[in-house]
Order: sequence, then structure tokens, then C-alpha cells
Amino acid sequence: MAEVHVHYNLNEKYTFTPELKKKLAIGMGVGLVLLVLGVILAYAGIGFGHHEAHEAGKAAQDAGKHAEVGHHGATPLTRLWANLWLNGVFFTYIAAMGVLFVAIQYVAYAGWSATIRRVAEAFGAFLPFTAPVLLITFFLGGHDLFHWTHHDLYEKGKATYDPIIAGKAGFFFFPLAAGSFPLFWVLRLVAFIGIWYALYRMLIKNSVAEDYLTDKTDFSYHKRNITIGAIFIVFFGLSESVSAWDWVMSIDTHWYSTMFGWYVFASSWVSALAVLTLAVVYLKENGYLKMVNENHLHDLGKFMFAFSIFWAYIWFAQYMLQAYSNIPEEIEYWVARHDGLEGVYSPMIVMNVIINFLFPFLFLMTRDAKRKEIFLKITAFAILMGHYLDFFVMVMPGTVKGNGGFFLIEIGTLMLFACAFVYVFANQLSRQGLIAKNHPMMEESLHHSI
Amino acid sequence: MAKSKEPKKYLVGIYDHEEKVVEAVKKVQKEGVKVEEVYSPHPIHHIDTYIGHPRTRIPIAAFMFGATGTILAITMITFMMKIDWPMIIGGKNPLYPPTMVPVTFEATVLICALGMVATFLITNNMGPGKVEFMFDRRTTDDKYALVVDLDKNTKSVEEIRQILIKYGAETTPPPRIVEKS
Repeated sequence: MAEVHVHYNLNEKYTFTPELKKKLAIGMGVGLVLLVLGVILAYAGIGFGHHEAHEAGKAAQDAGKHAEVGHHGATPLTRLWANLWLNGVFFTYIAAMGVLFVAIQYVAYAGWSATIRRVAEAFGAFLPFTAPVLLITFFLGGHDLFHWTHHDLYEKGKATYDPIIAGKAGFFFFPLAAGSFPLFWVLRLVAFIGIWYALYRMLIKNSVAEDYLTDKTDFSYHKRNITIGAIFIVFFGLSESVSAWDWVMSIDTHWYSTMFGWYVFASSWVSALAVLTLAVVYLKENGYLKMVNENHLHDLGKFMFAFSIFWAYIWFAQYMLQAYSNIPEEIEYWVARHDGLEGVYSPMIVMNVIINFLFPFLFLMTRDAKRKEIFLKITAFAILMGHYLDFFVMVMPGTVKGNGGFFLIEIGTLMLFACAFVYVFANQLSRQGLIAKNHPMMEESLHHSI
Repeated sequence: MAKSKEPKKYLVGIYDHEEKVVEAVKKVQKEGVKVEEVYSPHPIHHIDTYIGHPRTRIPIAAFMFGATGTILAITMITFMMKIDWPMIIGGKNPLYPPTMVPVTFEATVLICALGMVATFLITNNMGPGKVEFMFDRRTTDDKYALVVDLDKNTKSVEEIRQILIKYGAETTPPPRIVEKS
């Protein structure tokens, strides 16, 4: 090892080229056009299923009060809100998981990732863009998306009174009266994303300041970031679970799963790892990050492989127990995703397991596959699409019911968000050196070999 | 082995540091000496590739054992739950796939683990009652042994001995010949 010592350019900077900027702007524009077109076409009855009649019949069959309550037929506008919410939540989590990746690297004293840390550090810049989207979507479309926002659920004596949801009122409305403004819920949304972003800025600040050190033995910035990283991990561990209940699980208000926080974590964490892998491979292909070799890629591949299995484990554990025990309040969630709602979502849930578990499991199993860029690119892309689908299956059945599907609204919103994410990501990446050159464990990363 | 009872001859160089033996393996081979094996008290990263051993087929064996476990478990569950004594639990089909997963998973891991232990013992000539031949007892303690198969090398013993010493082998005593039958 000692005799081969290649000197890499640690001062390299990523340039966000005008061509890429233009491409991304066009992507966002096309996404927006498709989105608007999709809504207009949906109002004209194209690409939008009319299942209301069936649904009403089905709802009438269901015993229990909640069948009568709040089952407005989903309008195309509901589907727009649902898509904005779905993408907002998905990309918020990807951005936050990027920060988590950085925090973990600090706290674990990880040396291998020193060369790619800046790439992961660029994720969090998208948080301030998704938070307003989530808030606006909630204020404009929350009533369509979240069943619990209906105030008649909380009025005792009314036919619409729902004792189960009324029992959960404090979680949404504290300290205000049940059925009024969900202050606690909104505050949590703002506080979680706000604190994640604040800690992210602190990490970035120290990380960039480290680049300008003249004394190479000064590890004070690194040590400070270890503390901030530890605080982030603890806070994120708690808040991510709660945010998953808030943003995703509360759509199906009656239903609950004690594993839901983990489930959402697994799904978004592996998505973020896929984005990171794609970004690293993209940068390598464009002549950056020369020091990142197949050993680093192998580690990223192992991460994706392992957490795909972790996701499958969590998903399966949640699914099997509820499907087997067959308790009405639990099974309604799965009925909506299988035969219920005309079976719109039943192919998706099968695809979900195939794309997110079987494909990466078999495709990335060998050592060689994890070390080749093309294999990683294919798997990372599949995982990313697969977990978008996973979130789709989480959000859609509870919001748009049987009117869900993939058409212009879905494609447009996804394009809009994906291009915006890449734009913000690339912009953040170009702001400072592409490599954290004064990382105390840089030498270890350069010689990383597995 | 069976046709010749004559013991094979090896030259064993002793090193006192991991880095020395790794450097020696690389450089000795550059000088044209074929290294047979390196014995170390602890695992050394990539030593197999430096020696030039072919890629290990252990992962393939692991996959095969795992697949055997999977097939075994599915066969077993199908026989028990469908053919021999059909049972309906929780109102589900006797072969409700999600319920098969935990047992299949466990059987896969179990057969894989047992198979890998067996593979390890067989490939390393270990097991109850077996005594592994050791080129130098100190390789379980604090020394590293670089073993050269003299039959596979055309250079003379003295030449190889000098090359080993040149790249850091201990000289007291110098690399010596060990016979293994």
C-alpha cells in the first residue's frame, strides 16, 4: 500500500453547469404543465376513475359509523393535494435522511465516507423547500386528505361522532378544542423540519469551516460536529417516528401500527442511500470524485442491499401480524390495499415487494455487482422508484380511495419535485469544495479497501 | 498425495510484523518465487489476492446452502400443512404464503450456517480428533510464516532463502525446510 500513493485533487469544486440548470428548469416546467394538464383532463373525466358509485355501495355495506362520515367522493383536486403531499413527504424524508447519513458518519467516526460526505451534506438543503409545500398543501387540501380534520367527528351526540378518533383528538388539537385548529400537529410539523434544518445548518457550517483550517491537527470543528451529530440522531430518532404518524399514518385515522415509524424510516433511509449512490456515480461519470473507487461503491452497495432487506423485514413484520390476526380495525388498512377499492392498489403492493426486496436482494447479492457502477445505477434507480411506490401505497388509498392511479398528475408532480430536488442539491453541492479536504480521516478514506 | 508417500518439502520464512510479511509476499513473488501460503495469528486483509489465490467460492457455497434450506422449508411446510394434516389457522388457507415466511427464513439461515461450519471444517482440515499440521507453532502467537512449496519453484533452496531474508525474514534461525507428509 505504501509504495502506491496517488495524489488526488482534494480542492476540486463541482460546477453546476448552465446546461444542467436549463435541463432541470425544463424538467420542472414540463412537470408543472403535465400536472395542470392532468388536473384539467381529470375534470374532463380522462385518466380519472369514477368509482364513487361503487364506493358508496361498499361503504353502505360496512357496518359502523365512520362509513357515513367524511367519505366525500375524491375529486381531481383531492388527487392533486394527495400527490403534492406524497411527494412533499417523500422528499422531506430523503433530505432529512441525507442529514442523518452525515450525522451517523460523524458519530460512528467513519473514515471510509470522508470523500463522499459533501455529497450527503447537500441533501438537507431541500428541507426549507418542502416544509412550505407541506404546510400549504395541508392548509389548502388538508380537509380532503385527512379524515381527522372533520370537526363533526368530535361532536358528541351527533350521528357523525366517532369515539375512536375523538379519543385521539388531543394528539392533533392540543391545546385547542377538538375539531378546531390542529395547533399541536402543525407546530410539530414546523418544529421537526425546523430543528432538523437548524442542526443541518450547524453541521454544514462546521464542515465548511474545516476546509479553511491551516492547522491540520485542529480537529475542533470535527469534534463539534460529532456532538451535533449525536444530538441530531437522538432528536431525529424520536421525531421521525412521530412525523411518520403525523404525516402518513394519520391519513388512515382509525388504523394504527406500532411499527409505522420504523417502516417509514426504513423506506426513506434506503431511498436516500439510493439517491446518494446515484449522485456519487453521476459525479464520478462526470469526472469528479476520482478518489472514490469501487471500494467506496461497494460500501454504498452494501448499504442499499442491507437496508432493502431491513425494509422488507419491517414491511413483512407489519403486514403478516395484521393480515394473520385479521382484527377489523387493523385489517381495513390492508383490505383497501388488496381487494378493496376495486383492487386499484393490489398490483402495486405486489410490485412493492418485488422491486424493493426481491430485485435488490438477488441483483446486488454478489460482491461483483456491488462494485460495478452500472449495477448500482440500475438498482438505485429501481429502489428509488420502488420506494416512491411504497409511499404511494401508504398515502393514496386513504386519500383518493379508488380514484388513484398513475397518470399525468402523478408523473407531473414527481417530475416537478425530482427536478427541484436535484436543482437544490446541485446548487448546494457547488457552493463549497466537493471534498471535505481537512477531514481528519481523509487518508483512511483514500486507502479504503475491502 | 496417495501415489507418493514421500514427504513434500517447504521452505518456511518467519516474520515478526504484519506489514513485513505483506511486503514480503508482494516482493518475493516479483522476484519469481511462488508463495504457497501465509500463516498469521489474525486475518490479514487481501492477503489471498497478494498471494494470488483464486477467488474464494465460499459465497457460492453459502448461497447453495441457503437455497437448500429454503426449498427444504417450503417442502416441509407443504407436506405438513397441506398433504399430511391440513390445518386451517385463523381462517387462512393452509398454505397462506405470509405464514410460511418466518419458518422458511429460519430454515434458510440454519441450513446456511450449519453448511458453512461444515465447509469451514472440511476446507481447513479441522474437526474433532483432527490435528492440523503446523509449519510453525508460533503462528498462533506472535509470528507470521511465509511458506514456499519447493516443488512448485524452479529456484534453488539457497536462492529462495536469500530472497526471503532480503525482504525481512528472521535470520536467527534462517528460513528452514519443513517436511509435510
